[in-house]
Amino acid sequence: MSHDNKILQGKVWKYGNNIDTDVIIPARYLNMSTAEELAQHCMEDIDPAFARAVSQGDIIVGGRNFGCGSSREHAPLAIKGAGVSCVIAESFARIFYRNAINIGLPILVSPEAARDATTGDRLIVDLETGSITNTHLGKTYRTSPFPPFIMQIIEAGGLIPYTQAQVHRRAAKESA
Amino acid sequence: MGHTLAEKIIAKHVVDARPGDAGLSPGDLVQVAVDVVLSNDITAPIALREFEKLGVERVFDPTKVVMVADHFAPNKDIKSAEQCAMMRRFAREQGLPYHYDVGRMGIEHVLLPEQGLVLPGDLVVGADSHTCTYGALGAFATGMGSTDIAVAMATGQIWMRVPETMRFVYTGELQPWVGGKDLILYTIGRIGVSGALYRSMEFTGPVIDGLSMAGRFTMANMAIEAGAKAGLFAVDATTRAYVAGRANREYTMYASDPDADYAEVIEIDVSDVPPQVALPHLPENARPVAEARSVTIDQAVIGSCTNGRMEDLRIAASILRGRHVHRDVRCIVIPGTQQVYLDALREGLIETFIEAGAVVSTPTCGPCLGGYMGILAAGERAVSTTNRNFRGRMGHADSEVYLSGPAVAAASAIVGHIAGPEEVTA
Ligand code: SF4
Repeated sequence: MSHDNKILQGKVWKYGNNIDTDVIIPARYLNMSTAEELAQHCMEDIDPAFARAVSQGDIIVGGRNFGCGSSREHAPLAIKGAGVSCVIAESFARIFYRNAINIGLPILVSPEAARDATTGDRLIVDLETGSITNTHLGKTYRTSPFPPFIMQIIEAGGLIPYTQAQVHRRAAKESA
Repeated sequence: MGHTLAEKIIAKHVVDARPGDAGLSPGDLVQVAVDVVLSNDITAPIALREFEKLGVERVFDPTKVVMVADHFAPNKDIKSAEQCAMMRRFAREQGLPYHYDVGRMGIEHVLLPEQGLVLPGDLVVGADSHTCTYGALGAFATGMGSTDIAVAMATGQIWMRVPETMRFVYTGELQPWVGGKDLILYTIGRIGVSGALYRSMEFTGPVIDGLSMAGRFTMANMAIEAGAKAGLFAVDATTRAYVAGRANREYTMYASDPDADYAEVIEIDVSDVPPQVALPHLPENARPVAEARSVTIDQAVIGSCTNGRMEDLRIAASILRGRHVHRDVRCIVIPGTQQVYLDALREGLIETFIEAGAVVSTPTCGPCLGGYMGILAAGERAVSTTNRNFRGRMGHADSEVYLSGPAVAAASAIVGHIAGPEEVTA
């Protein structure tokens, strides 16, 4: 990641508490598995306008327990495929949190920023410092940084590239 | 300071643990070796694509990689068929003995324990959120995403954060018709759908000691519905009796230390907990069944990884025997595995269901996640023994799901509105 794509900017799509994976991507679409296909049905059951109106870089803001429910990685994939640059919430369900990091969808916990934001606000997020600025409200929020181990995964670009590097290192050691 | 059951199992699986380590504390990030890696027809396709990217030729151990075609199988459409085909190809190439296809398959979380693939003390990861079901066996089992599972299939290892543990102590006398489902719905009603977020739940107390394996699987299954990472039971005579004759390898039994550190201890007197129903659209909306009596239903589903075991079918059959499903209700019964199906057939339960006007399906997740075999139209309502009643879970976004145990579902199917079992059996 270069510094430039550590700064994210976009329009807010605000949702409530306990946004579950069945509304993020209904199970009837789980016979598909690419981000592009899934993106067309993202949030369909709670906000039918979302998939058509979302633009590149927009930011989803949720309440408590965002992404609860199934383990389907299709949920963060659909969000990423829709062009969303990051998700901010008061708290996340744990499997969703893992999945988002593993596929390289930035995800930030900030109860204050999440509560204050409303649909249509503009946010600027600096992933490096963890700061979130709501330009509409003129307010900046600090989030706690990722633990070092998680940061390593994010810096590698996700769990797959991170593991690739480890596998190669191990193979090199064995043949040395 | 002592350790909890969950902490002990994780500690035993830590890779490169240094001798003399004081043990783990909640919050520690650790790399663990896994005993079983599970995926299914909807999560495996993504995992397999990620697996390919890793550039690893073989899975770490073919006997530890389990795949089950259960969600949209027998194939519901061409796309599902492609997903199952992709999984089948991979299983053949890799020589996976535990790839379960139609004819052998069942709903994964009923199937794996039944086949003895998960044993006490195991550390299991699955690309399915209800992987936590195996906590009933005294195993640490948790759901992850497809990318995690790809990495676990390739390396036999995965990272995790050691969770804090919440202890639940159940005391008192169970009321008639109250089972594991009612206890877990009541518990989620108390603590909410994020009440155990990132934590491990440990179910204890005299009521739990007396609970059957089926009841324990049902409770562990829904730990995720409280946001938990896992839901565990200590191993006792009931567990050992279940595992005997199924286990093909050694297993280890762990128990929490008396001085283990719990994030929270919650005591629940079950004496005045009646059969429960969780109203739409969250499992935390648990209420005594009497409070939902006016709700008319169009469909009743009895099955799933939550309540698709023999004991569940016996309870449903005991209520449906000699009675008839209401003419405005479609009642769909789905045995969890081929074995459950066969046992139910031999015991005459299938005949009871059909005579009562219910339909019986081959094992599948089907309607539980709104896949097929019982999709709801707009405005329709179902009572269901499944585990999620999120908006649109069983079909149209304007349909509703009421969660219950098998007794309430069967009684409601007969009456045509949500009903307690004593309304039909009295
Ligand atoms: S029965 Fe339902 S909850 Fe269980 S594994 Fe299948 S889809 Fe998931």
